[in-house]
Amino acid sequence: MLRAWFRGPRLLNWLYGFVPPEHGVVLLRHRRVYIVPTRAGWYCAATVALLLVGSINYALPLGYVLTFTLVGLGLVGMVQTARNLALVSVSVGRADAVFAGESAQFRLFLDNRAPFERPAVLVRHVASGVQSVVHVTARSVTEVTLGVPAPRRGQLALGRIMLETRFPLGWFRAWSYVEPDATCLVYPRPVPTPLPAVTEHATAGAARAQVPGREDFSGLRTYQRSDSPRHVAWKTFARSDNLLTKQFSGDAAVELSLEWDHLPAGLDVESRLSRLAGWVLAAHLAGSRFALRIPGQELAMARGDAHRSDCLRALALFSAQ
Amino acid sequence: MNAAAPAAHPLAPEARVVRGRDLAGLLLALLLAAAPHALRAPWWLTVLTLALYGWRIAVLFNRRELPRHAYILLIAFAAMAGVWMEYRMLFGRIPGITLLVLFSGLKVLETRTHRDVVVAAFLCCFLIITNFLFVQDIPAALLMVAAIFAITVTLVGCNAPGRSMRTDLRTAGVLLAQAAPVALILFLLFPRVQGPMWGLPQDSRIGVTGLSDTMSPGNVSEVALSDALAFRADFGGELPTPRQRYWRGPVMWDFDGRTWHAGPTLRRQPPPPPQGGRTYRYVMVIEPHQRQWIFALETAAQLPADSRFTLDGQILSVQPLRARVRYDMVSIADGQPDAREYASLLDRALQLPPDSNPRTAALAAQWHRESSDPVTLLGRAIDYFRSGGFDYTLEPPPLGQEAVDEFLFNTRSGFCEHFSSAFAVLMRAAGVPARIVTGYLGGDPNPMDGILTVRQSDAHAWVEVYLAGRGWVRVDPTAAAVPGRLDFGLARSVPQGSALPFLMRPQFDWLRSLRHGWDAVAHQWNLRVLGYNTARQRELMSWLGVPQADWQEMIATLVAVLGVLAFLLFAWTMQRVERTDPVQRAWLRFCEALARRGIEREPHEGPRDFAERAARRLPGAGTSIRRISALYIDLRYGRDRSRTDVEELRQRVRELKPA
Repeated sequence: MLRAWFRGPRLLNWLYGFVPPEHGVVLLRHRRVYIVPTRAGWYCAATVALLLVGSINYALPLGYVLTFTLVGLGLVGMVQTARNLALVSVSVGRADAVFAGESAQFRLFLDNRAPFERPAVLVRHVASGVQSVVHVTARSVTEVTLGVPAPRRGQLALGRIMLETRFPLGWFRAWSYVEPDATCLVYPRPVPTPLPAVTEHATAGAARAQVPGREDFSGLRTYQRSDSPRHVAWKTFARSDNLLTKQFSGDAAVELSLEWDHLPAGLDVESRLSRLAGWVLAAHLAGSRFALRIPGQELAMARGDAHRSDCLRALALFSAQ
Repeated sequence: MNAAAPAAHPLAPEARVVRGRDLAGLLLALLLAAAPHALRAPWWLTVLTLALYGWRIAVLFNRRELPRHAYILLIAFAAMAGVWMEYRMLFGRIPGITLLVLFSGLKVLETRTHRDVVVAAFLCCFLIITNFLFVQDIPAALLMVAAIFAITVTLVGCNAPGRSMRTDLRTAGVLLAQAAPVALILFLLFPRVQGPMWGLPQDSRIGVTGLSDTMSPGNVSEVALSDALAFRADFGGELPTPRQRYWRGPVMWDFDGRTWHAGPTLRRQPPPPPQGGRTYRYVMVIEPHQRQWIFALETAAQLPADSRFTLDGQILSVQPLRARVRYDMVSIADGQPDAREYASLLDRALQLPPDSNPRTAALAAQWHRESSDPVTLLGRAIDYFRSGGFDYTLEPPPLGQEAVDEFLFNTRSGFCEHFSSAFAVLMRAAGVPARIVTGYLGGDPNPMDGILTVRQSDAHAWVEVYLAGRGWVRVDPTAAAVPGRLDFGLARSVPQGSALPFLMRPQFDWLRSLRHGWDAVAHQWNLRVLGYNTARQRELMSWLGVPQADWQEMIATLVAVLGVLAFLLFAWTMQRVERTDPVQRAWLRFCEALARRGIEREPHEGPRDFAERAARRLPGAGTSIRRISALYIDLRYGRDRSRTDVEELRQRVRELKPA
């Protein structure tokens, strides 16, 4: 049990002085700022030791002065390194939703309420290693954007962030962890899928869609025997062996119903969601009105950016239960 | 720590490539630290090191590749071979330092990242400290301060890329200003160890001019050509008269016909102090001369710490004077010496090598036949020197094996060692016990602080003869032959136009007064900074109320004091940081003020809606309320936060309250 406690997060939480995730603005109190000598710092310590031995052995008063000045620099440098991080306030802004496989752009705000600047602060996303070095000026808020990889759909929690600095002398390394309560919505990775043919489920509006426009290219769909050969995407066929038909939209009058059940039965949940996302994108791009129906949720026929977001959010947060 | 660190850590020195500015700062520091060594190293090595620095600069400007390691190793081995040829060793002090200078050049040449800069910066520290083996005067200290500053600026620049040079300079200045008190505390309280921890290397005596334990024609005048400081004496008031300023050093007993030797010295309890005379209490600060002699005004009446008297009135330190030492002394001038003496010593003071200097011996024998009274003989000898038409010169003609004969009967021109040697030989040959005393005569009172400065150019030799019932009596044959020497010093005593130490030449009076000012400063430096030793530290500790502090206690105190200092510095720098957001604080006060008038903010209400509602309810304050909310929104959610906006917000909230 003790072992589990040591392995578990509680020891780390106690060590780092907070219980994640942290809401709102996180102030880096002194207790949360850790400091250890760097390798250069150990070089300095070795140099000081040698200089001291030399000064003692040869009775060199100025040697003592040199040695002790280095010691003084080390001590002051340690304080200044800790100061460079202490009492910074960290908050996280809204991260725009992304598709799985892209990177979520988390915006961190480092609020420096001190009358001094804090040069060379490294901000690193611990799990992914994404990092950025920023210069935080005095009495200002500095924004850092971390492009955190978002491999899977759903809510991506930002997780642990490390702030580190070695300013001014590089002899000490001060660091602190924060785990702000920030998430980014990750849509399923869209698989470009030809839009489904208008089916008998379509509403009256959908009937009008049977008269496709000819003016604006709006996408591709699988070839159907009735399609005009003039609309076959021959170039794509040459490249990929897929016989596709170019679709044009005259006006945005097409109405589509995007349904879970229209997808082939053998597909697993994630593939279905990906294809549905692809449909949503294609339908949105085509300017169509579309409805989305997935198990447990149904979004009514609508159009526009908000509807697109709603649909993608539903797909992102879909759970199989 | 679960940090799965990626390969390149952007703050790690090995990952950051050196910029031109870093390199410039590093080179400046190295040039400052290596400059004093350049004068000691062989010229080709200085040129080679500068060429290596220059090569690195050329690589920087031409954006070329750094030379390959093989080349650097090749240069290193070639230069080491050169140093071997020069000194026939690699690990002595001078060859070691020479190699250190060379390595600084090689390190600079291979400097690619900030890690190399850090290593070179520490190498620079070793260059600085090795210079202190030779000089520790004020210019050396200033050079060190400049080099440390350059190192600090370079390190700051490496760790805060993208800042202006001026901010780097300011940061470095602040760091050093804060480090200085820490260094001072450590300097004062770090327990000093007396003596070396292990044997000093054989070549630790470098270029020390000064008296030796032998005296042959020409060796005192050689010493007297040097302007180097011998010691300073602080009488804190009335100075001894110029005629009393005889500073006793090594005493010579044994003569081989040309050279006098100190011979074995015997130690004994302090002799009874001279009777009568004038007592002087003073502080001697003697420059290190690597020998045991402690100079004192004649005749020393008290023994300083860690020293012994010899039978012939010298004071010997237990340890050779390797560092500048300070002694509290008491001397009695013109007193009556102890009249007793061992018969064996009197016998030794009569010995002369057989068959040497026959003409001198013949002259003395003739005098002895005419009168065997020592006082009469002494008078005759003094007369002989006074009326003999002797020349006093720093450039005496060379003398052969029968040095005394040649001096007395042929050249008649010499420096104090010729006069005293000839006089002592005459006295011994006439049957009066005589010995040579070397030391210094004179001293230059500094008008700035009244401290008497004695230089090597004041080196002198005189004679003591033993008169029954009166003891050893000082006779200065040089003074007899050249009366001005005593009262006016060396410069006025040698003929016009003859060689003199630079600063003794009369046309450099203005330079001498400059020198006096500098001397006064240097003396304080020597006393307070370089002369800070175990004894001084003990005084300081008892002044602080810890008279018997051992080193463990002192280290513990030091660590505690430094810890408290670091904490205070941190607390002081952090108390200027506002913990809570002033904007948020002002906004909360604003909400409270409105709540007191019955306008409560609903949880769902944003600042804009809330302010709009409040402004409608309180038309009188409407403008102010809208402005407050606009400011708040700007400050809270906008990008930049200007100081004046925050001030305005607080001001408006404050004004709103009483209304």
